[in-house]
Amino acid sequence: MQADLFEKARFRTAGDRGLLVEYGDVIDPDVNNKVRSMAIVMEDNPPQGVTEIIPTYRSLLIIYDPAITHPAKLQNMLETLEARLGEIKIPPPRTVEIPVCYGGDFGPDIDKVAGQNNLTVAEVIKLHCEPQYLIYMVGFTPGFPFLGGLSEKLHTPRLETPRTLVPEGSVGIANNQTGIYPIASPGGWQLIGRTPVKLFAPARRNPFLYQAGDRIKFKAISAEKYARLVKEEAQ
Amino acid sequence: MEVFSVLTPGGYTTIQDEGRFGYQQMGIPVSGALDAFAFHCANLLVSNTKNTAVMEITVMGPRLEIMAAADLAVAGAGIGMTLNAQPVETWTSFSVKPGDVLDIQQVQSGCRAYLAVNGGIDVPEVMGSRSTYVGGNIGGYHGRLLKAGDVINCGRGKRLSGRRKMPSDMIPAYPPELLIRAIPGPQDDFFQEGLEVIFQSDFMVSTKADRMGYRLQGPEVRLHKGMPKSIISEPTMPGGVQIPADEQPIILFVEQTVGGYTKIVTVISVDLSKVAQATPGDTIRFERVSLETAHKLYQEQQKKMQRLETKLSDA
Repeated sequence: MQADLFEKARFRTAGDRGLLVEYGDVIDPDVNNKVRSMAIVMEDNPPQGVTEIIPTYRSLLIIYDPAITHPAKLQNMLETLEARLGEIKIPPPRTVEIPVCYGGDFGPDIDKVAGQNNLTVAEVIKLHCEPQYLIYMVGFTPGFPFLGGLSEKLHTPRLETPRTLVPEGSVGIANNQTGIYPIASPGGWQLIGRTPVKLFAPARRNPFLYQAGDRIKFKAISAEKYARLVKEEAQ
Repeated sequence: MEVFSVLTPGGYTTIQDEGRFGYQQMGIPVSGALDAFAFHCANLLVSNTKNTAVMEITVMGPRLEIMAAADLAVAGAGIGMTLNAQPVETWTSFSVKPGDVLDIQQVQSGCRAYLAVNGGIDVPEVMGSRSTYVGGNIGGYHGRLLKAGDVINCGRGKRLSGRRKMPSDMIPAYPPELLIRAIPGPQDDFFQEGLEVIFQSDFMVSTKADRMGYRLQGPEVRLHKGMPKSIISEPTMPGGVQIPADEQPIILFVEQTVGGYTKIVTVISVDLSKVAQATPGDTIRFERVSLETAHKLYQEQQKKMQRLETKLSDA
């Protein structure tokens, strides 16, 4: 079950301030769980001179100040922490429920996604709401979650021509991935719905609702509920 | 305190400080002043701490009406500048009074200049920084480029007792041919002959050069035979030199967080300021250095800034 994990972490030099640590070379929940555990352990024992710890699919990027620390020192510390990982209690990932109004103007590509996969729109919605998606990584735009675990029945290629503007809150599919656009941006994913929840609110005490390693579950809501939630968000 | 009224905004003018740290894992790029050296100097010239918020000016400067008495300095690109139609020098502090008009013109050498005001430019901090991230619409002045009619505030700062001037031997030249030092990696093992190409060829800066990255043109930098064309998306660092499908390198900058292409080399921190001053048509050649050398240069640069700080504060 752990076959995809590297036996020993691999270290790469990312310039004079970056150390890249790889724990596997596949997109896999076990590898990602290792990345998440190491990020949590590092954040709980912040090493001197480290300015950022960035977890992704299968690696951690550690940004350091070369006037304070050295990558060899960080490498040693990481190996020690990794060896002790079994003894350290890692909090379980959270599951965040995201309400989505599917189809219509909010999901202009849902008919195409259904048609290409020989499904009804209702089946698309049901299949999309079933899994607890693992957030492998957050990036591209503020709070954009790259989610794993999309049903194979829903795999749909990207749009041939990306949209120049995808509205904030849009939920999309690209091949085997699904995700949400937290801010309006260009994008080539097939749009199937929209959430009224603000995923990125810079002035909110916690600007984000989740982080890499957490899980997302979608819940289908009506247009009326969507309108009500938009009003609540505005208050 | 209101200090500038924007008459014309210039080419691409934003408010920047040292950047927004700790949020890259949430998809927020660091942003911040691209040329850290010129940015620090502009602040020291008006007795600010070196990471105070400034105006970053790109290629064409703004015209500003002054609304309060203040000390100003512009550092970075060689750029023509007048105060009430009288020429003023860059890399030197000067004082202004209400009603004055500062006209910052077009760059003659380099690409970016930094306008500092004593007390610093005062915009709300967003997630720990005043830097503008235009793509995410946050920070700086309402998350966007400056435009005509904007009124910019500054904080309270101690006025200078005399003029501060940068020692002339410390003012960088911005030649159109740049030698940029870089360390192999993080994915140098995906290349073989590509590494020879990157370190032995001239690359031209294309017109696609902005705060996200600089696209270069030159000989193809090919992956080693059989290596995968892309990697699992991972975070990017400013200075990472990415090789996309068209085999033309891109020097990544401060408004990018993740990418799925290999990075063959990474520009060393102290040379990012040089890249920030390159303009389309300039030539870049990469020189290979070791990690140890890069760290030594980084520490020397820090000492140089400390010496400069002491020297300027005597004035």
